[in-house]
Amino acid sequence: MTDSHVHTPEHAHPHRHPPRPDTDDTLGHYQIMEIAVRELLIAKGIVTPVEIQRAIEAMDARGEALGAKIVARAWTDPAFKARLLTDGTEAVRDFGVDMGTTRLFVVENTPRVHNMIVCTLCSCYPRMVLGLPPDWYKSRNYRSRAVREPRAMLREFGTLMPDDVEVRVHDSTADMRYLILPQRPKGTDGWSAEKLATLVSRDAMIGVAFAREP
Amino acid sequence: MSRPAASNAAVPARFKPGDAVVVRRAYPPGHVRTPWYIRGHHGTVVHALGPFPNPEELAYNRPGLPAQPLYRVRFRQSQIWPDYVGGAGDTLDVEIYQHWLEPAGAAP
Repeated sequence: MTDSHVHTPEHAHPHRHPPRPDTDDTLGHYQIMEIAVRELLIAKGIVTPVEIQRAIEAMDARGEALGAKIVARAWTDPAFKARLLTDGTEAVRDFGVDMGTTRLFVVENTPRVHNMIVCTLCSCYPRMVLGLPPDWYKSRNYRSRAVREPRAMLREFGTLMPDDVEVRVHDSTADMRYLILPQRPKGTDGWSAEKLATLVSRDAMIGVAFAREP
Repeated sequence: MSRPAASNAAVPARFKPGDAVVVRRAYPPGHVRTPWYIRGHHGTVVHALGPFPNPEELAYNRPGLPAQPLYRVRFRQSQIWPDYVGGAGDTLDVEIYQHWLEPAGAAP
């Protein structure tokens, strides 16, 4: 790059920076295959472009807010919590969630056991309750180190785990999808489920963080 | 995609919660859902999840029947990684299909 220069507060950009190269102008093998299969399915009348668009919209509409509502209800409704921990798939139907061909397995964090989720094989994630996974969840770095050195991984998320707490990693390798039920933060007695849900982050439901303090 | 009901075409369950098991040390080709790092290791069944069509067959558009019982198996981190850094009680739970498990004697 010939345009190197020192950036200072006084530097007023009288010239153009060289454009950064696009990173989305080359299709990989699987991207080309996806397009080809999609075009074939449409050409054969098996799905329509509108159906594909609706499915994308439905996936985008799911997000951590849904998971947070489920967690907040479990914190405020002991009967629901019992159902959620016994058969998560059935319990989340209350929220209109259909787990499809997978099942929801909810694990509870306690003062003695801290749970976290990873999928070392690919990127299995509870999409039906949390939406699309964050990019880091799919990275090789997280996928390999979450099972190999979970405490170091947690530290990088700012989550310091005392030695006397058991760290339990769940490798989501098959038909279960996992949701972590975080510990309810102290100082929230009497809070409504709606207010509690604001303390529940996506990362807390993956198990790499605690719920927010009030 | 709907999958066939598994319960009426399933392999009988061999294990129950509390059973000591060892993961087969096998390296077949294909779509295998048993992580490499856990093969050959000893663990304890913590949940019997029921039968599921075998993903090693589903991946090739076969029905995956008879369905394989699926288990959640708990391992001690300190036994999987000799240089593991963390509490002695730290554990790892992995979902493993029955045909990857063998009975283990006393826990090692």
